[in-house]
Amino acid sequence: MQTVKMVVTGPFSAGKTQFIQSVSEIDVVATERKISSNEERSVKDATTVAMDFGRITVDEDLVLYLFGTPGQKRFDFMWEILSEGMLGFIVMVDSTRPETFREARSILETFRAYAPTPYVVVANKQDMKDAWELEDMRHALRLDPKVKFLSCVSTKRDSVKTILLELLYSILEEMETGG
Amino acid sequence: MALRGNLRDFTITQLLNLINLAGKTGTLVVDGPTDQAHVAFLNGKLAFARVGNEDNRLATLLHRANKLTANQYRALVERAGAMTDKELGLLLINAGYVSQEDILINLQEHCSETVRRLYTWVEGSFRFEADLLPPEDRINVRLDLENLIIEGSRHLREWEQLQDEIPSLDMALKFTDRPLQNVNLNVEEWRVVSYINPKNTMKQIAGANKMNDLEIRRIVYGLLQAGLVDIVRPEGVTVTPSPKMFPTRDKEEQKSLVNKLIGRIRSL
Repeated sequence: MQTVKMVVTGPFSAGKTQFIQSVSEIDVVATERKISSNEERSVKDATTVAMDFGRITVDEDLVLYLFGTPGQKRFDFMWEILSEGMLGFIVMVDSTRPETFREARSILETFRAYAPTPYVVVANKQDMKDAWELEDMRHALRLDPKVKFLSCVSTKRDSVKTILLELLYSILEEMETGG
Repeated sequence: MALRGNLRDFTITQLLNLINLAGKTGTLVVDGPTDQAHVAFLNGKLAFARVGNEDNRLATLLHRANKLTANQYRALVERAGAMTDKELGLLLINAGYVSQEDILINLQEHCSETVRRLYTWVEGSFRFEADLLPPEDRINVRLDLENLIIEGSRHLREWEQLQDEIPSLDMALKFTDRPLQNVNLNVEEWRVVSYINPKNTMKQIAGANKMNDLEIRRIVYGLLQAGLVDIVRPEGVTVTPSPKMFPTRDKEEQKSLVNKLIGRIRSL
């Protein structure tokens, strides 16, 4: 059995677990714990502390694993471990929480430094009324125009599929240009 | 238990806070990236500070502060070289060259400045030597630590923010399309700018300019905010992709595998 993996990362409550849940053929193996901090609990009740794990079987010989990282910086020791051997990574940003944009940029830079693998940046929760516009977010995140920055609603499977496909196209493109 | 450890785990500000609260007497010895610092305390108050082998004799400090002329300084070094700072201080006050206040203000400022320099040390180790008292031949100050701790906390916040913005110094910089015209940069910034090239990592630029991690991050952050540079992966550095990425080394098989993944995702 051959396996490959992709990593879904981003700040706390960006929607990483939901993203994986939307396409995984198994219930996501989540390492969630109840949140003790009042500030974080006002956003959600439980959070990923080690990783999320989803699976998509391609055929009898090939399986794609999706790993979600914990969002909080205090769990960043897990990031490098999870990034080892990834095909590519997705940085999720909550479009409704500009206070997390700086952290998203920091996570992106951290993962870029880990490995020269392709990545896409995703503006999640674009269906919410207070979501920032993509172009404004691109500026706020200081993304190079060449970086794929995509709109997403992680509760919708089609939206998640589009993101995964875009990342795979980038991987393929990189393989072709890189020889 | 000996008070010793690593600056990554325990910052200078945290150490000052501990020394202040415990009212400690002794010397904090910090082995930083390039130098060793000695900071002495008496009952939780800053008494003396020195980095490396720098000349911090009273005559030198007063000369630097323009309290002694070049001629006076030269004469003191020649004729009173063997005098302790305490003896020299008394002599200068009695001769009417300086006041007691001049001496204290300059020594306090020097000690505070030395501690401030330590805030930029994020790598290194420390130990607190309770038996190592402030040097007796020097004039010891008695500076409350509270203000230095508040200043240190500000530095710490800045350091944390800069680390968030620029997590890795192993990346390189490239200029954006914005021209550098009409931009007012200081000497340090120009020195960094002169090395900006996708082939040079930020670590290399810092090394070439003898800057520490905080100083290079501070300058790069300013350039990033102004939209003048972008962070890029260094050119010419061959990064071997992890062998775990693909179950096969064959390029064609790898492409076929990615195409299979694309097909499967489309069919979901």
